[in-house]
Formats: sequence, structure tokens, C-alpha cells
Amino acid sequence: MISNPQQLNKPLNDRNLKKSWVPTILIGITVVYLGLVLYIPAANVFYQAFRLGTGAFFENLTKPEFLSAASLTLMLAVIAVPINTVFGLCAAWALTRNRFWGRSFLLSVIDLPFSISPVVAGLMLVLLYGRLGWFGPWLNSNNIQIIFAFPGMLLATLFVSMPFVVREVIPVLEEAGAEQEEAAATLGASEWQTFWRVTLPNIRWGLLYGVLLTNARAMGEFGAVSVVSGNLSQQTQSLPLFVEEAYKQYQTESAYSAAVLLAFLAVLTLVFKEILERKTK
Amino acid sequence: MNSSVSESIRSQSFPLQVWAQLKASSWAWRVTLGYLFLMLILPISAMFAKAATVSPAEFWAIATSPVALSTYDVTFTTSFIAALINGLFGTLIAWTLVRYDFPLKRVVEASVDLPFALPTAVAGLTIATVYSKTGWVGSLVAPFGIQIAFSRLGVGVAMIFISLPFVVRTVQPVLQEINKDIEEAAWCLGASPWQTFWNVIFPPLFPSILTGVALGFSRAVGEYGSTVIVASNTPFKDLITPVLVFQRLEQFDLPGATVIGVVMLMISLVILFSINLLQAWGRRYDQ
Repeated sequence: MISNPQQLNKPLNDRNLKKSWVPTILIGITVVYLGLVLYIPAANVFYQAFRLGTGAFFENLTKPEFLSAASLTLMLAVIAVPINTVFGLCAAWALTRNRFWGRSFLLSVIDLPFSISPVVAGLMLVLLYGRLGWFGPWLNSNNIQIIFAFPGMLLATLFVSMPFVVREVIPVLEEAGAEQEEAAATLGASEWQTFWRVTLPNIRWGLLYGVLLTNARAMGEFGAVSVVSGNLSQQTQSLPLFVEEAYKQYQTESAYSAAVLLAFLAVLTLVFKEILERKTK
Repeated sequence: MNSSVSESIRSQSFPLQVWAQLKASSWAWRVTLGYLFLMLILPISAMFAKAATVSPAEFWAIATSPVALSTYDVTFTTSFIAALINGLFGTLIAWTLVRYDFPLKRVVEASVDLPFALPTAVAGLTIATVYSKTGWVGSLVAPFGIQIAFSRLGVGVAMIFISLPFVVRTVQPVLQEINKDIEEAAWCLGASPWQTFWNVIFPPLFPSILTGVALGFSRAVGEYGSTVIVASNTPFKDLITPVLVFQRLEQFDLPGATVIGVVMLMISLVILFSINLLQAWGRRYDQ
């Protein structure tokens, strides 16, 4: 994959021959910078996890604290991803198929969870559902616990992963246009039929990419979940919380065994992203 | 919506009008607005309502207490520097990815998104190890008396990590769109490569660089997961504002947490608004 002369025009090529050190230096800086910030830390995760051999690694993965954290993280993703997917589809459809006053404002509102600090998001949930929060007395008298329990962690996960599907679906929905849907409706298709047979096939790759990002965030969220979880081992400790707790308790090997699984999830996400991008091109 | 429905809507008072509109709208609208109300409007209202129970004088005292001021300094200054560094290197990386071919380019290109996909706790953990005194990178600078992990520098590295993709991803598409003919025209007219870059390529690129920097800054300001692990969280040294909010909550100081949380939220809203303006400014080059 050395420079492809066909991509460059003749005058450009002459310049490049004279100044051939410029690309080399820029590529060098890119690799060194990404190495320092991304690659060395990423490689370190795998190195630390398998430093003591795969035996120690798998032993760490059979500990009850780890298993319960992993299943909790799976549970959070299994519930949060479908909910945010349905919301994302509805919001994207409503925002693309209608032009109305305040549309761009509503788009910014949907993006808010990206700008709000996860800790502040968690704080909001505490102020709403906590013992001293708005719904606190009512929840208390009905014996429902949300904060420092699974429902709170789920709400936090839903909050931080809310905008992904909307953001990815809006552009593909805009590109697909409304003509095919209108044609289907004219031919007598019901709303459901139109959605399943016309809209969904058109937007499937964008939707899948949004779902992928939602899942990565849902499984990896730390800040917001940590505020509302109470971080009780084997009860309200998700995988990212387990990583931090193990590290703070100087159980570095345990921390890295769990971290490498999350890193693997991240790599998988990026690989799927590449595949999806090629499909859409 | 048929005319008889809109007729009956118009004859009602405003809240009833909104309600009637909602009832007449499609279920996609109802799901969207209902979910946004439950997940966003309600929590934000709860926080402002809680902040309103604090008297203005008390609010000011908490918001500008010495420890809070020092966390603003650490958070915003460090985020700003991290965002600027990524502004420079992000533009350079975008340029390299768009203009040159080199081995493993596809892998490098895909890896730029790693900070979006990697859970922040993992990022914090590995940065704390690599940049510690005994780590792969930390041990190289330790002889010079530079400590990276568990100091403000470490917070900066974590912020650079999590805000890295923004500039690359905002600059790359704009750079791809720039017509090579204009550059060649500049060259033909005798402009030096530097003149071509500064006068031809840079101006349309600048709004997207600024947008990327602002997005990265906004992300770094709110970051908690990676920074809390990398920092020693010592007040007046490397304690960041989100961690302060968390500590106030742990001490059951709800008003204290809320006031600082509201300050952070307001700043996030200002940044979000500025980003929207920047994007609108960037679109002036669209044809």
C-alpha cells in the first residue's frame, strides 16, 4: 500500500518528489502520537491481563465477584439497548419526516446526554428517585428502591446511551427519503407493513451501527452508573465498577482480567463498525 | 390531522391545545416526547428545583468556595489544553489519513475511534499503569522528576485520550471535500506550499477544527471514569469538578453537590450552544 501514483495528479507528484520528507514526517508524528495516547495504553491492557499466563487469567474470571459483575453488565445492556433503539427509531422518524418550528432545538435536546457530565446525570437521578428526592417519599412508602439498586443503574445507562441510535438513523432516513414509504401507503400497506418492509431495510446498516454504539456505551458506562449504584460487590457492581474497585484494592490482576474483556468488546465494536461502513459505501 | 380536529383544538386553552395535539399525533411522536420528558426534562427540572431551595447567597458561597474554584481551574484549564493539543495533532492526523497512503492505514484509521468504544474505566486503569513511575512511558520521564499519573499531567493525558477522536472526525470529511483544483491553481499562480496551506486549505478547515476542539473540550470537562482513576484526587492539586460533585454526594451534602452540578450543567449548555453556532459558521462554505 505504498503511495498510489494514480491518485495524485502530475503537478502534485512533482511537488511530492521534491518534498518527499514531509509525508514521512507527518506519518511519523501521527504514529508516535497515536502510539503514546492509544496504542501503548491499549497494548498494556492485553499485556497486563496475560502477564501471569492464561491460567491466572481464567482463574480471575471464575471468581464470583467477577461473574456477578459481568452478568449485571449484560443485564443492563440487554434491557437498555432495545429501549433506546425503539426510542431512537421513533425520534429519528418523527424528526426526519416532519419539518416544524423548533426542530433543530429538539435535536440539540436529544444530544444533551452527550454534553452533560455523567456524574451530573447520576446526581439528577438521585435528586429525582433518591430518599430525599422528588419521588423519594412515594417510592419509600411503596417499598420500591431505585437508587443504589438495579433500576437506578438502568436509568443511568439509558440516559447516557440515549442519543446514539437517533444520531445514526437520522442521516440514513433522510437519504432514503419518504417517497418509497408514501408509495407503500398509497398501495394500501399499513403503518407496520411500511415500517418493516420499506423503512427498516433502507436504514438497517445505520440502525445497526447506532445499536452497536449504544451497546458499547451501555456496557462501558462508569460515571453515571457509579453515582447511583452504591457499588456493592456481587449486588450493584457492574463490570466497569468492578475494574475500578479491584484496582483500588490493589488486585491489579483481577482488574486487568475484567478490563481486557471490556477492551475486547471495544475492538469488536470497531471491527463491526468497519464492516458496516463498507456495507454502506 | 383532519380539519375538525384542528378546529376543536384551536378553541381550547393552551395546555389543553398541547395535550390535544399530542393525542392527535402519531405514536412515534408520543414515544419520543414521553421518553424525553421522563428521561431528560424531569431529571433536569429536579436538579434546578433542588438548586432553587438554596438561597442565592449560599449558592454563590458554595459555587465559589476555594475548593470548588480550584477544581474549576484543574478541570477547565486542563481540558482546554488537552483539547488544543488534540486540535493540533487531530488536524495533522486527519491530514495524514486523507492525503497519504501508508502500511496499515485502515487499521490506524479505525483505531482513532477507540476512545469512543473503550470503557473509560479501562482507559483510566491502563493510562494510570503506563504513565506511572514504573510504567512503560512513565519510567522514561521519571528520571527527569516528572510525575504523570496521579497528578494534573495524568488528568491531562486521560483527557487527551478521551477527546482524541473529535477533531479527527470533524476535520476529515471537510478535508476530503476540499477541491484539489483550488490547491493546484494556487500552486500554478506561484504560491509556496505554506501559502497554499494557510490561505487556501486552512480557512475552510478552521471552523471544523474549532468545532472538534469544542466537542473534545466539552467531553473532557465532563469526563469522570478515566480521570478519577488516573488522578490522586487531592483537593487543590488534581481534584476535578465531577469528582467533587461525587464526593459531595458521598458525604450526603445534596445542596453542595447540586449547586456545583448546576454550575457544570450551565457550562455544558453554553458549550453546546457555542458548538451549534460554530457548526452553523462552518456551513457557510457549503454550496
